[in-house]
Amino acid sequence: MRGILRKLAGAVLTLLAVTLLVFLAFRLIPGDPVTALLGTEITPERAAQLRAEMGLDDPLLVQYGRWVIHALGGDLGTSYSYSMPVSSMLAGKLPITLTMSLMAFVLSIALAIPLGILAAKHEGRIFDRVLLALCQVIMAIPPFFSGILLTYIFGIVLRWFTPGGFISYERDMVGFLRYLILPAVAIALPKAAMAAKLLRDSVIEEAGKDYVRTAYSRGNATMEVMYRHVLRNAILPVVTFLGMALADMVAGSIVVEQVFGIPGISRILLTSISNRDYPVVEAIILGIAGLVVVANLLVDLLYRLLDPRLREA
Amino acid sequence: MSQFLRRMRKDPYLLTGTILTGFICLLVLWGLICSPYDPTEMDATARLAGASSAHLLGTDHLGRDVLSRILYATRVTLWIALGTVGVGAGCGTILGALTGYYGGLLDETLMRIIDVLFAFPSILLALVFVSLFGTGTSQVVLALGIAFIPSFARVVRGEFLRCLVQPYVEVARLQGVKHMRIIFVHILPNILPMLFSSILIGFNNAVLAEAGLSFLGIGSQPPYSSLGRMLSESQAYLFNRPGMVLAVGFVIVVMNLGFAFLGEGIKRWAK
Repeated sequence: MRGILRKLAGAVLTLLAVTLLVFLAFRLIPGDPVTALLGTEITPERAAQLRAEMGLDDPLLVQYGRWVIHALGGDLGTSYSYSMPVSSMLAGKLPITLTMSLMAFVLSIALAIPLGILAAKHEGRIFDRVLLALCQVIMAIPPFFSGILLTYIFGIVLRWFTPGGFISYERDMVGFLRYLILPAVAIALPKAAMAAKLLRDSVIEEAGKDYVRTAYSRGNATMEVMYRHVLRNAILPVVTFLGMALADMVAGSIVVEQVFGIPGISRILLTSISNRDYPVVEAIILGIAGLVVVANLLVDLLYRLLDPRLREA
Repeated sequence: MSQFLRRMRKDPYLLTGTILTGFICLLVLWGLICSPYDPTEMDATARLAGASSAHLLGTDHLGRDVLSRILYATRVTLWIALGTVGVGAGCGTILGALTGYYGGLLDETLMRIIDVLFAFPSILLALVFVSLFGTGTSQVVLALGIAFIPSFARVVRGEFLRCLVQPYVEVARLQGVKHMRIIFVHILPNILPMLFSSILIGFNNAVLAEAGLSFLGIGSQPPYSSLGRMLSESQAYLFNRPGMVLAVGFVIVVMNLGFAFLGEGIKRWAK
């Protein structure tokens, strides 16, 4: 319990450090949002007035403190370029990106774990070799290229879906989910390949250890040893990898959204970056940093669940 | 060299890696020595033309020869990846070596920060840096390079911790060799194989990340397009001219696969 609390405190500190870094970085670079906002209508008086209104005259740490307090209350600030609350700007887009990333995440687990175990069981034989080679090739295909390939095969040759014909989840939930399948596959493939390879290597290494031979010699069935002893130990590095992959998949979905013409957070992030719309960029970074931290905590908890030795620590 | 050839016959990874990387090197040489056309030269009479003897891979929407553009873009991509890995591996090695060797409070704090950055998706990190530095090729190199420092620093630090307890380091210390000399002359050469293999992996990640950024329109700026930029440009003509996308994607995949296999082969060799 104390270990978990300490982890939690560390997570909060990490989150504060990341947001502070991003916050300071955006404030310290040349380029003034007020100038960008007023454009040609700028006069020194108007600029000064607006700067005061936006609180840009206060010391940086005061600005940061104010931002944190507001963020805790769910207020992520107001977009400079669209002058609407950032939270409502993201509210409609976030479910799309998150659904897609979650689908990709589930898909990669569903693919990687059975394939990894199967390959380990057939170590050195045809199935194992073919799968390993396939994993290597898949890992070399960037998600946006596999996205384009999938669009070409399923959208243009087979005509199973209309490329660019995104369906909003408010209009048709089933159509929405169906449209997201291919992008999710594109995001999931390289991660699944990596995880399957990792699990295969890990199972093989674990299965060669002394305690496994002991378990066999005591007359345990192959399946039981595999699932109760070997897998439980072998899956730990895969859990770590998948925990890190979760945030990667959300970030990767930014590119894949562009390929499939999905109106998720990617377009907002890109336009906000080029418009120097800091509150929006900061909110998205905060969101992903939060996800990284939560994923790390979940990995820790899973570790404790899987490995009783860690519960004491 | 002969050692390398002998090893290649035994290890299929090293062999395929060398062949695929060799193919990419040939593309670069071809583009340097006898590119069929100027990659920026536009031919208004032949827009989106199919493959022919004049244009082996056809032309794009502006009438530029696709093959020449790919040859050029391969070079741009490699340069960006080289610069990125240079910045990342250079700074990362120094940081990892110093923190690993000296340890202490500085090591603790730096590694904490690096752990956080390491867990943060590198493409997003690069996006943040690009928004700080502005778009353009050199800015992207810097942004990606900084985003790659944590992974190199971690590898080098780990290797340093492993080497620190070895007898030769202790002997050097007892002989009164200066710290800097121990770090860079005694320990560093010993971790070079490991470092080289992570450099190849980093090279791959750099190619992928740059392609991703260019795909989003942030990386290299036209007409000096990289492969990622070409891919996003040619996606619009997927329906009429799928060959263009496939050719560009093929080069990216071959490049990645080559470096990955080469890295894996060298790692196995070092063991």
